Order: sequence, then C-alpha cells, then structure tokens
Amino acid sequence: MTDMSYLDGNMLDGPLRDIFAVDLSSAIGRCDHCGTTGPVAGLHVYSHAPGLIGRCPACTEVMLRLVRAPDQAWLDLRGTTYLRVPMALDQPHPRPL
Amino acid sequence: MAAPTTGARMVAPLTWRVARLVERRVETPSAQTLVLDVPGWPGHEPGQHLDIRLTAADGYQAARSYSLAGPAEGERIAVTVQRVPDGEVSPYLTDTYAEGDPVEVRGPVGGWFVWRTDETAPVLLVAGGSGVVPLMAMVRARRAAGSRAPFRLIYSVRTPDDVIYADELRRRTREDQGLDVAYVYTRAAPEGWRGEPHRIGLADVNTHGWPPDLEPLCYVCGPTGFVETVADLLVGLGHPTRRVKTERFGPTG
Repeated sequence: MTDMSYLDGNMLDGPLRDIFAVDLSSAIGRCDHCGTTGPVAGLHVYSHAPGLIGRCPACTEVMLRLVRAPDQAWLDLRGTTYLRVPMALDQPHPRPL
Repeated sequence: MAAPTTGARMVAPLTWRVARLVERRVETPSAQTLVLDVPGWPGHEPGQHLDIRLTAADGYQAARSYSLAGPAEGERIAVTVQRVPDGEVSPYLTDTYAEGDPVEVRGPVGGWFVWRTDETAPVLLVAGGSGVVPLMAMVRARRAAGSRAPFRLIYSVRTPDDVIYADELRRRTREDQGLDVAYVYTRAAPEGWRGEPHRIGLADVNTHGWPPDLEPLCYVCGPTGFVETVADLLVGLGHPTRRVKTERFGPTG
C-alpha cells in the first residue's frame, strides 16, 4: 500500500485510554503476521473506516481494530501476538521481611 | 506530579473537561494560537496532544487532536490551530469560537512522541508546516527547564508568510543558547535566500541535522508524506529507528 492517508499510532492513545488505565503508546507490540516488534505509537492508523485500524508498519497487516459505539467499545487484537507494557518496578518492601 | 521515566505511567482515567478561551493570537493567515483555561488540568509533557470535541445543537459531535504548543501555565494551556478550509472543527475554532466560550477537551494524551527535559542528548527537530507545534513545545520546555541539551530545528514551510512563531523563533535563536533553526522553503523563499525553493531532501537533513555518532534524539512531525521522507532519510544516514520518533498529521480539519 503506497497511499499516504494513514496517521500514527500516537493518535490511538486517546481512544485506548477510554479503555485502559495505562498509556499504551509506548507499549511494544508484536505483529502476529511478520514478527516485527515496535511501539504502538509506530503503527500506521487508518481512521476513515467505521473505527480505527492499526497496521504493522513493516508488513501492513492489521494488528488492531477499535470500534466505538456510544455505550461500548470493540477492541480486536487478533493480529497482535502480545503487547509488552512497561510497568513500574513492583517492589512492595525495601528488603525481604 | 512527576511521571516516572521508566514503567507504565498509571494515569487517571481521561475525562472530558470544559475549557474556555481566554486569549487568541494570530500566527499566520491560516494559523492561530488559542489559550484555554482548563480547570483541573493535570499538566503535560512537551510533545503531547489533546482532543477537542465540539457538540452541535442537534447532538452531533466531532473531535480532533491538537498538539499542545508549550508548557502549561497553571491551568492555562495553548494549542495552535491550522485552519483546514473544509474542516468540521478548525474553521469553528479559528472563525467563530469566542473568548469565554466553552469547548470540551480531553488530555493530555500521547506518551511516545515526548521529549523529557532531563534528557541530555542532542535533539534534532524536523517540522513540516503545522508539524512545528509539538516541536515548539519542546523548544519552549527546554528554555523553561534551563536545559543545555543542544537543539536543532529544521522547519519546512511553503513561503516565509507560513512560518508559525516566526518572531519568537528569531528571538530564541539569539537568546536560547544551543538552539539553531534552519528553514526549507518549498514554494517561495525570502529575499536574499540562497538556493531555490525545494522539498526537504538529503542535503538539508545532512547539513542541518546531527551526525548519527552523536546519538541524537530525532523528532519528525508533519504531513504523512513529509514524515515518511524525512524518517527514511534519517534512517538511511544511520540513525537507529528507535531514536527517530514520528508524528503524522492527517488533513482532518
């Protein structure tokens, strides 16, 4: 696909933050089709469908589909093997009790 | 609230807040800066954006993303809006929206296309048209934080009249030590300009950017085709893709 009508994954941040409590734009996703890994912010996003389509920047396969209705959201991640989300270090105590 | 530089940024759920216009600044014939007062604004990082939502009398809603143009001053934030002639949102914001009028905003959003003021690496900013807005937020934040990180901005515009923040950029190149600005004109260049109007190319990025050995952070923002071209040039010059962050603008209006 050579058309230039797509946007960045950066713009998914607002719509995804309706659903998730973390900022996913820095999360690393793996394309289930070609195995490329990269930040969600790097996806190519097509917004003229009824919803948002996030495609792998390497192989252009669909990794994410997000469709909103007034009272619900459909999130389809079948093109994504995993999302690796950076987490704050989980260390409840300074040393073993 | 300082965000941790590593780890997930747990953030309060994003809610739509009511903002009001407190000031309007004309930047170019087609671009204006709107200063909004947003009660409860939680602060933001340079490079982040927000969504602005308009609701018509019949309930029809349209939302658009706009980059934040600089650091927040308390609960006051600024966005710069480029008027898209057939747009649903931008003509209202530039032509009709009046001081004191409400508008809904949601933000800040975006944690990737962000420059943190504690970074010390050299920074290359490459702007196409109104793509300068989030990059100007980084330039302004650098000064506000007293950062010494060396900054270079390459700013591609159609004509000299299209330069947003022209006076401020002139002043900052004199006063903000370590900031250089180079312009690329695509349609008409100013008097005394050396060279012909052209689209940004390898020579511009090579001459005005940083060599990859200095391991700079690169931020590219503008229309999709522009960003594609510049990101490919930077990667071709040897910059690792993870150091080249991009934000593509769509003509959504």
